[in-house]
Amino acid sequence: MTVTIDCCEERLVKNLDTQEYWVNMGPQHPSTHGVLRFLVKLDGETITDVIPHIGYMHRGIEKMSENVTYVQFNHLTSRLDYLSAMINNWGYCMCVEKALGLEVPARAIYVRMIMSELTRIASHQLWWGVYGMDLGAFTPMMHSFRDRETINDILEETCGSRLTTHYIRIGGLSNDVHENFVPRIKKFIDGFRKSLVEYATLVSGNVIFRARAENVGILKPAVGISYGCSGSTLRGSGVNYDVRKQDPYGYYDRMQFDVPLGTKGDSLDRYECRFKEMEQSLRIIEQCLEQMEPGEVVAAKVPKKIKLPAGEYFSHVESARGDHAYFIVSDGGTSPCRLRVRSPGYSNLAVLPEVVRGWRVADMVTVSSTLDLVAPDIDR
Amino acid sequence: MKQIFNYFYHTEDLTRDLDGLLLSVARALGLPDWTAVAVEVLGVILMICVFLALMALFLVYLERKAAGRFQLRYGPNRVGPFGLLQTIADAMKLFFKEDIVPTNADKLIYKAAPAFCFGSAFIALAFVPWSINVAPVDLNVGILFYTAITSLAVLGLLMAGWGSNSKWSLLGGIRAGAQIISYELSASLAILVIIIFSGTLQISEIIESQREGWWIWRGHLPAVIAFILFIIAGTAETNRTPFDLPEAEAELTAGYHTEYSGIRFAMFFLSEFLFMFLVCAIAATLFLGGWMPFYIGGLDGFNAVMSWIPPVVWFFGKTGFLIFVLMWFRWTFPRMRIDQLMRLEWKVLMPIGLLNLLLASIVALSRLYIFSA
Repeated sequence: MTVTIDCCEERLVKNLDTQEYWVNMGPQHPSTHGVLRFLVKLDGETITDVIPHIGYMHRGIEKMSENVTYVQFNHLTSRLDYLSAMINNWGYCMCVEKALGLEVPARAIYVRMIMSELTRIASHQLWWGVYGMDLGAFTPMMHSFRDRETINDILEETCGSRLTTHYIRIGGLSNDVHENFVPRIKKFIDGFRKSLVEYATLVSGNVIFRARAENVGILKPAVGISYGCSGSTLRGSGVNYDVRKQDPYGYYDRMQFDVPLGTKGDSLDRYECRFKEMEQSLRIIEQCLEQMEPGEVVAAKVPKKIKLPAGEYFSHVESARGDHAYFIVSDGGTSPCRLRVRSPGYSNLAVLPEVVRGWRVADMVTVSSTLDLVAPDIDR
Repeated sequence: MKQIFNYFYHTEDLTRDLDGLLLSVARALGLPDWTAVAVEVLGVILMICVFLALMALFLVYLERKAAGRFQLRYGPNRVGPFGLLQTIADAMKLFFKEDIVPTNADKLIYKAAPAFCFGSAFIALAFVPWSINVAPVDLNVGILFYTAITSLAVLGLLMAGWGSNSKWSLLGGIRAGAQIISYELSASLAILVIIIFSGTLQISEIIESQREGWWIWRGHLPAVIAFILFIIAGTAETNRTPFDLPEAEAELTAGYHTEYSGIRFAMFFLSEFLFMFLVCAIAATLFLGGWMPFYIGGLDGFNAVMSWIPPVVWFFGKTGFLIFVLMWFRWTFPRMRIDQLMRLEWKVLMPIGLLNLLLASIVALSRLYIFSA
């Protein structure tokens, strides 16, 4: 009996035909950081398509603003991106202050900057720990929380709250800093510099960590810009865009600090950028502590009842995740006519399918982690 | 008292005296001799089951305690003295939890899977030599049988992946299959080196062949390479970080045991720890002399001092050290990706293993051992 090779191959190919399938990653999944949901189309282990589904954390904060006063809305901004609450507060307050033409005292601005940078470090510390956990190492998480706790303790001492701070108020701060504030920060900086070296050897220098991140999920600069990415996600691709440098607010123009940039735009670059940013934040805090002088922390002429003149107002800040902006339309009343928040996470999430297509399931986790997604920031 | 002390060092006397005792009791009661053997076999099975279950629980405790130390925290310290009863409490909790079977799961396969894992771990542990002449089974092809039995566990993981009717589980199961079968090759190549050195497949004789020095010293370069290969492959076979892809809680939620709950989950969990113990015990036996004290051929005075430490202590010391190393791995390294894992095995470890086998053969043929009297 003879069997032709052609026939055999045909049968083989027919039997080996594989089928693509969809899996649901989230809303309850360990690596989707809050309640995000990805519909992932897989061919074996290879990702062929991703559809992000959002809205599980939608609280309608923008709509809520239309029914509360300008002062009341401030505390809701802490809940947008709960990991950079201070920076959100500042962004919103800055917008209202611009509209009212308020002059904020110098001390208040310095404290705002210190608080912002502390929040940024705390946020990056959480991201760093979770990044380790997403890649299967649990230990970084515990180490990063040690430093995060120290920062939270410092915040708590001054403003009584650890996460949703609501400390930066329209016209200044809710109160002056605690007497232990400066010495504790100095102590923290000394300890944290040492920890950063340790973390670099534990994670950044680890062969497996590098192999998992290098060349994985490349974000081209043009793609990143067209999707409106910002923060370290975009800077990892080598685009020099940092609101603190490009459109300085507070006293950032007086500060000496570098913006770490990547070259390739892969996960490792995004990781490195975010990691190096912590060191730069320490530099900014040190300079602020040097330049800061005692004085008032609330502007003298804050009106009792805040009414913005009719018009459109915009402000943006560099949050821990990127360009975080507020756009207020006022009709002259005590609450905004319409308020829009531009959150960096939303745009950073949008680029995920572009970046992750063609990689493995495991890379999905790496990429979504290096994009630093936070669900309440995306959904608002 | 002196007798007990003696038993501690010469466990072969203990087993012999126990044999004699059981036989004399059986004869005094007027029963045939085989009843004594039957009682002994049942007793050994019971002892091993109880002992191993306790050991798995203790290893879980140890792992959590070690993890705590690596992570700037205390680990369990509330239930019982030093938190020792924590794992017992957890085991009790798992016993009483509802056993959920997913709809449309392949019920038979789903339910049999944990038993396969647990069972193969138990059977394989019968080959572990705890001390002189204290090994439940000492076959003349012991080490071969050990490799065969441990391979059965992969069937359990595949069954769990297939039977759960969940895509995550299936992915985990398929990963487990690919991974364990691949790394089995490296492990076998490493074991072959020691088989070439000692010239036997019987575990007791492999230990006996190390009386003049453990193979990791005597076999120098090829033995050290084989040892490292065996530890890496062993970590992969036990599905522990950096090779815990079948579980991969960050990607596959929990891989093959995503759908399991209660006692069935506990069986997977405990069998993982038993396999870890198994790999360490076999690595200690093959490369570090098992219960054999640290002897150096020719140095009688030194050897006499070493004999002061009883064999059981040597065995548990070596195994415990290796277990600590595996825990150290787990709490330091992240997880690899599936293609990196496969590349490591087929393009790195296996060629090294084959070349190492060649090197070992040359060493064995030319008798280039260190410390051979």
